[in-house]
Amino acid sequence: MTPVQVVQDSTDDSLSTPHVNDFCITFSTVNGSGSATANLTVLRALFKMGIPVSGRNIFPSNIKGLPTWFTIRVSKEGYLGRMDKDAVVVAMNQKTLLEEADWLVCGGVLFYADHLNLPRIREDVVQYAMPIKAISAALEIPRQVKTYVENMIYVGIVAQVLEIDLVVIKEALEYQFKGKQAAFDMNFGAVKAGFDWAAENIEKKDPYRVAPMNATKGYILADGNTAGALGSIYGGVQFSGWYPITPATSLPEALIEYLPLLRKDEETGEASYAIVQAEDELSAIGMTIGAGWGGLRAMTATSGPGLSLMAEYLGLAYYAEVPVVVWDVQRVGPSTGLPTRSAQGDLTFAHFMGHGDTEFIILIPGSVKECFEFGWRALDYAEEFQTPVIVLSDLDLGMNYWLSKPFEYPDEPIKRGKILWEKDMESMEERLKALGKEWGRYLDIDNDGVPYRTVPGNRRIGSSYFARGTGHDEYARYSEDPETWRKGLDRLSLKLELAKEVLPKPVVEKMERAEIGIITSGSTYPAVEEARDLLAKKGIATDYLRIRALPFTDEVPQFIRAHDHTYVIETNRDGQLKQLLTLEFPDLARYLRKLSKIDGMPLSAGWITEQIVTKERD
Amino acid sequence: MATASKEVKENALGLTKEDYQGAPSTLCPGCGHNVLAAQIIAACHELNILPEDVVKFSGIGCSSKCPTYFLSRSFGFNGLHGRMPSLATGALFADRSMIGIGLSGDGDSASIGMGQFKHVCRRNLPLVYIIANNGVYGLTKGQFSATAEKDLELKRQGKNPYLPVDICMEAMAANATFVARAFAGDPKQLRELLKAAIKHKGTAVIDVISPCVTFHNLENSLHSYSWGKENERPIHELSFIPDSRDIVIEEVEEGKVKEIKLQDGTAILIKKLGGDYDPTNRFQAFIMLEDAEVNNLLLTGLIYLDTEQQSMYESFDLPRTALNRLPNEKLRPPEETLAMVNKLML
Repeated sequence: MTPVQVVQDSTDDSLSTPHVNDFCITFSTVNGSGSATANLTVLRALFKMGIPVSGRNIFPSNIKGLPTWFTIRVSKEGYLGRMDKDAVVVAMNQKTLLEEADWLVCGGVLFYADHLNLPRIREDVVQYAMPIKAISAALEIPRQVKTYVENMIYVGIVAQVLEIDLVVIKEALEYQFKGKQAAFDMNFGAVKAGFDWAAENIEKKDPYRVAPMNATKGYILADGNTAGALGSIYGGVQFSGWYPITPATSLPEALIEYLPLLRKDEETGEASYAIVQAEDELSAIGMTIGAGWGGLRAMTATSGPGLSLMAEYLGLAYYAEVPVVVWDVQRVGPSTGLPTRSAQGDLTFAHFMGHGDTEFIILIPGSVKECFEFGWRALDYAEEFQTPVIVLSDLDLGMNYWLSKPFEYPDEPIKRGKILWEKDMESMEERLKALGKEWGRYLDIDNDGVPYRTVPGNRRIGSSYFARGTGHDEYARYSEDPETWRKGLDRLSLKLELAKEVLPKPVVEKMERAEIGIITSGSTYPAVEEARDLLAKKGIATDYLRIRALPFTDEVPQFIRAHDHTYVIETNRDGQLKQLLTLEFPDLARYLRKLSKIDGMPLSAGWITEQIVTKERD
Repeated sequence: MATASKEVKENALGLTKEDYQGAPSTLCPGCGHNVLAAQIIAACHELNILPEDVVKFSGIGCSSKCPTYFLSRSFGFNGLHGRMPSLATGALFADRSMIGIGLSGDGDSASIGMGQFKHVCRRNLPLVYIIANNGVYGLTKGQFSATAEKDLELKRQGKNPYLPVDICMEAMAANATFVARAFAGDPKQLRELLKAAIKHKGTAVIDVISPCVTFHNLENSLHSYSWGKENERPIHELSFIPDSRDIVIEEVEEGKVKEIKLQDGTAILIKKLGGDYDPTNRFQAFIMLEDAEVNNLLLTGLIYLDTEQQSMYESFDLPRTALNRLPNEKLRPPEETLAMVNKLML
């Protein structure tokens, strides 16, 4: 077997300082090699040891053969954001080996498969060569699953060196292979072989290890797309027309997976929903809007390019006042862009999407738990205000694995808004008769901008109306009358104005004597949270406001006014959240500082800290 | 006298034709689409369909303005250009007892909406899909549509350099289960086809040659009244039978009459004219369409019918109750299920 290679940089003392439960480990593999199971096994095992973890998949837009990375952040403090540097790299891909070696911190650890050619050796890192092929040869693994199972050998080796308990690895594998005993045996056999080899052959020279904690008890490990789908299911979603697109696909797929479990009648087997894969996003949104108009709780999920295609129908839904929810799991644009990388670049587009004067309610979840919550709330808002609601998630939140408090059951009953069935119509007609009026689909009876709607299937004569994207009056009749148009459009903006009262308020966190404010939204939350702690250690106290909905509520300008200046932190080039704040609060624009970056990677606390420290020094 | 008494005639529901009317048409006098609206009214009245049981859909264009001119008592949704089928799909799932009537045009379905047209066919959504086909864009004043014949000359457009799209052929290729062609100049046949289409449990495509009297009614051009009148060749004489038990075939010469039962017990009675065309034979349908094209004939009638395919609804285990009437407790899983869900999150 290959001897363990250890090269130590004597000037660095990091090797002598133990690092327990506080580092980042990256697995580098080739996509299509089945490494996801191996990497998730490590993630789940750490979670089961009670250590806070998050798992990020950095993957190519490809099926087989290109580099892919899975990064696990182990953080006893509970920080979930991305780190710029790795402490441990497990290298299984020749092509990216050198690149990864450069990501390592000084004193870091490089595990590499010994069949890889390592042309240059970084002298300040500990290196362990792993005889994957030799160990695998000794096991009886069928040829067709060889590459998959071989990944489990590195799981065993890494587990032994980092002191991950074999018992929790076993539990994680049992979860993965639920009842498939043969698959479990084969995979665990490989883990065990790697583990045993390492125990006998590796002399531990690095300072990184894990130790059991009690910090994940009562927590769950989930991705935002599954959370959003589950939230929608508890919100009563009944129809989704959808079309596959990375990174949104796993959201409708989670609907398909969990709906039969949760929303089929136990006795009759009847489903209270229908999910339809459409031919494109033009059709996906058309179906979903048709369903929303028909009185179904309707939602779809897409990403940037799909949202572009949905823009026209969403404009119609805004004007014709059709409830519908669209999840935009953002990726890097413009154009096809970086389809497998994360961004917050659709904010301005989503808010004003469509030609003419349009404005959409936007919800921005900042955690998987909020993805669940906004899943059901979005459907309520859409029906309450009879308008499209766009939920802006992103790849980082949607497709990665996050430690989270468990999902909470909705604390409010389902809200269907002002919908009239036959009986309701009868009393409505009487009510209006007293006012000398007749019911009209767009008649603002309550003076709150939200009219009463009926849906097909209501057989009472006089309940029907003709919906259209063309100009219409209060009775849904075609109209080109200038005053009718102006009043109709003004009423639509009144609805959004009043929606502010009920939309999720921003989350504010304060520090003593903070003069600096930070505004952010969505998945940048974990990095910002960590950066604030780092800044505080450097003597920079900050207050923080996380926007969760648009249009902005009054808390936002109050927060800006209360601070000397406010950094707006986001993952895009142009500072879109800052743009919107500037537009809405022009007087406050001079207090805002743009802090945005887009390179495909989630922001890190390190970068945010460095930026703010530098700017504060200037 | 006869006409007057017809107008007040009540159907089995006690409704007169008046109850099926829409707003006054704003289309050009003589437009084929007005014939279409009138025949939809007549078909629904004669079939004793409650207007409240119908939902109308349309895209954009002259054709798509049409739904306001019939069945005012029905719900309707005038959607986006070429995207009527998707809108109808979602809306009809809300209450599957509703009868969906979609009105589109050749611009709406054979150009911008070609994708949605073909995909709704392959899903077999129960929908009467009428394409008012005049070979021209009327609402934008006279551009060629995708169904306009090659070398057609129109004012300000010059010569059409491209080969046309045959709507029935496209529907066939997309596996539509009901494909028909009608001519606005032959309202009686159109009405019978509409009745059969309404009863069909799947997507029923009717390509209605509906001349545009303003921008495209040239003598001898396809899609004109004069050409249609001269070249229309009904492939059969067709009548819709509300109850298939009532069919009496003895009057007609044996072998010349074919009865095709629809899924709900109604039937179409087809009296063969000349040839031996069988509309349940997919292969024959293709040949006949190709033949019509080559010989420059307006063949009308029921070109293809397949009552075996299941409709789109049937692949979902849906309850008898309309989805949009399910109470909240059917929509939100009980609280105790969430613990199980949280347990799965690892």
